[in-house]
Amino acid sequence: MAGLGKKISILGNLVKYVNNGSKRLSSHFVYHPDNEAPVAGETSKMNMMQAINNAMDLTLKSDPTAVLFGEDVGFGGVFRCALGLQEKYGKDRVFNTPLCEQGIAGFGIGLATAGATAIAEIQFADYIFPAFDQLVNEAAKARYRSAGQFACGGLTVRAPCGAVGHGGLYHSQSPEAFFAHAAGLKVVVPRGPIAAKGLLLACIQEQDPCIFLEPKILYRSAAEEVPVDSYTLPLGKAQVLREGDAATLIAWGTQVHVLLEVAEMAEERLGVRCDVIDLMSILPWDVDTVCNSVKKTGRCLIAHEAPLTAGFGAELAATIQEECFLHLEAPVARAAGWDAPFPHVFEPFYLPDRWRCFDALQRLLAYDQQ
Amino acid sequence: MKLLNEHSYDPIPIYRVIDNNGEVIERTEEPRIDNETLLNMYKTMVQLNQMDKILYESQRQGRISFYMTNYGEEGIHVGSAAALLPQDMVFAQYRELGVLLYRGMTVTEIINQCYGNHEDPGKGRQMPVHYGSKQRNIATLSSPLATQMPQAVGAAYAFKRAPNNERCVICYFGDGAASEGDAHAAFNFAATLQCPIILFCRNNGYAISTPTSEQYRGDGIAARGPALGLHTIRVDGTDALAVYRAVERAREIAIQNKPVLIEAMSYRVGHHSTSDDSSAYRPVEEIQKWTQEENPVQKLKLYIEGKGLWNSDTEKQFAKEARDIVLRTMQQAEKKKKPHWKEMLEDVYYDMPPHLQKQMNQMEKHLKKYKEHYPLDQFQSE
Repeated sequence: MAGLGKKISILGNLVKYVNNGSKRLSSHFVYHPDNEAPVAGETSKMNMMQAINNAMDLTLKSDPTAVLFGEDVGFGGVFRCALGLQEKYGKDRVFNTPLCEQGIAGFGIGLATAGATAIAEIQFADYIFPAFDQLVNEAAKARYRSAGQFACGGLTVRAPCGAVGHGGLYHSQSPEAFFAHAAGLKVVVPRGPIAAKGLLLACIQEQDPCIFLEPKILYRSAAEEVPVDSYTLPLGKAQVLREGDAATLIAWGTQVHVLLEVAEMAEERLGVRCDVIDLMSILPWDVDTVCNSVKKTGRCLIAHEAPLTAGFGAELAATIQEECFLHLEAPVARAAGWDAPFPHVFEPFYLPDRWRCFDALQRLLAYDQQ
Repeated sequence: MKLLNEHSYDPIPIYRVIDNNGEVIERTEEPRIDNETLLNMYKTMVQLNQMDKILYESQRQGRISFYMTNYGEEGIHVGSAAALLPQDMVFAQYRELGVLLYRGMTVTEIINQCYGNHEDPGKGRQMPVHYGSKQRNIATLSSPLATQMPQAVGAAYAFKRAPNNERCVICYFGDGAASEGDAHAAFNFAATLQCPIILFCRNNGYAISTPTSEQYRGDGIAARGPALGLHTIRVDGTDALAVYRAVERAREIAIQNKPVLIEAMSYRVGHHSTSDDSSAYRPVEEIQKWTQEENPVQKLKLYIEGKGLWNSDTEKQFAKEARDIVLRTMQQAEKKKKPHWKEMLEDVYYDMPPHLQKQMNQMEKHLKKYKEHYPLDQFQSE
């Protein structure tokens, strides 16, 4: 379990003033760092981009078959996650590919099938769809269709995802639900640097192909004391970040920080404490941790940036009501993006922000009083 | 037995009309363009440069969230746009603002789109530079690369089937986008289905940080054309007159339902976008060389000055006019509110389905209760 911890209020990056005097805030959440490291030993302050860089550096150092590739990774990648790695390990191990996501995915599957460790970077999760055929029809099914003779467990596909303040339709998407529907893949979303390093190393070492979605707004704004040695966090396991018995709040990625704030608001304004769960792995997901919590609290709110209809919250809600029906005091609630493409100027109205989540929690708590 | 390779054929030559001094190389190749059109072409370049300069700076100041400049490709924009007809349809990528300006998109519409205010024809839904104009036959841009290519081919096929068709389609894409699967699909469909389309590749040497040496082998994008059944030409993209002649000829061919591939060689003088710093991956000397020696604006300027149509006074005056209109428009655009928040949920479908109506009602209720937490004063109200 990750530490409880003092939160550090960092209101995004900059506050910019525009002619008409109103402020443009660049983030909708307050970052809550982990204050406890998952392993003992020396730590170093790293932001999430640096933690990911560190995980890949450790991999390239210890695994001679490991290669990292994608668009623009040679100079460090557009988010600098690959910074310095081509210089350190050479162009045959860290390299640019042509601009072709279906090629990147297919090439990665082949590398992994031939026994190499392949870290494939897709520049933005919004651009992963040309690779969908390779990932869903090939990567996910290779082990199954060959009865284990062939598999591409050595493949990890990384992509920046999620709202960033101004990304609009094609630089803000959270596509986890599309991939959650492809048995054979693992899908993982970190909430910060410590989680990112441990989960990414776990994905790279995993015997199954993994999709690692990195909330891009956290690359710079999230910093923690990250252990410098190699360590993994278990896939398929959620973490309970706060404890309480009033309700269970579930999210992943950036949204975890929104719910942590909502839990604080609930304590201050309503005098109640909630369990806050970071799901961490979308596929497979930790049914036991979630259901144990909901059986305790009887009320559940799931929040995700991705649109409501058929978002991953729907799968969680369906399973929770199956497993916890007699323990529920209210229907499982979801706060999510609206069922529209991710808009540019309307982002503040689109996201399931602290007020939509807090309001949903209030209604959840008041349900049996209606 | 003989195997062929990329050295088996001479590289496809680069067609030019004027040299770096704006002098016509071969008189018989000089296009016949009337003076008004020539001036329009040049003025569009100047207007484009002013817009790029000011809008890039405005992103740096936090006034708009993002911008992409067009430096180095002005010749491609005006040369191609001037050879098309208004009824032709344009599908583009994101670095074609000169084409849009030439075809009549106003500085106002463009700046409104960048600000995403309520006068933006796109209703503030997309990032800056994602322009579109139905009345000017410019399909609204999207960020994913090369997706517009097979779409453009399909649109061309629809035109072909219309009675008495006189429209063709032009589709712009970059050297990087040409590596996408969609590009291959577009070439192949255009040829097999005999579509009236000009596929126009802006080869500017880079895809963000990736130089063409890491993007492809073989003789560029042009060599793929004949291999897939397309009429093909490679041109000097910094020579607006060469581009004009190529597109003029391509249009004649395309309108006979024979698709054409044009590869225009140029150089991306600016950064990829406001999110990029190209000094991280290329030497400044390289940029300077292209800016000084192969400058499309300079070349066309020398040509029209040579014809007595332009001089340093008209240059100074027009540059100032162009700058002033951008600054004035920006000041106005900033004051305009963003569209009503309900526009966030419109146009998802033709008719709004019940579940979306329900979500709109939920948000309306939510905003009544929590209005002080939302920037409603920046948006239009009822």
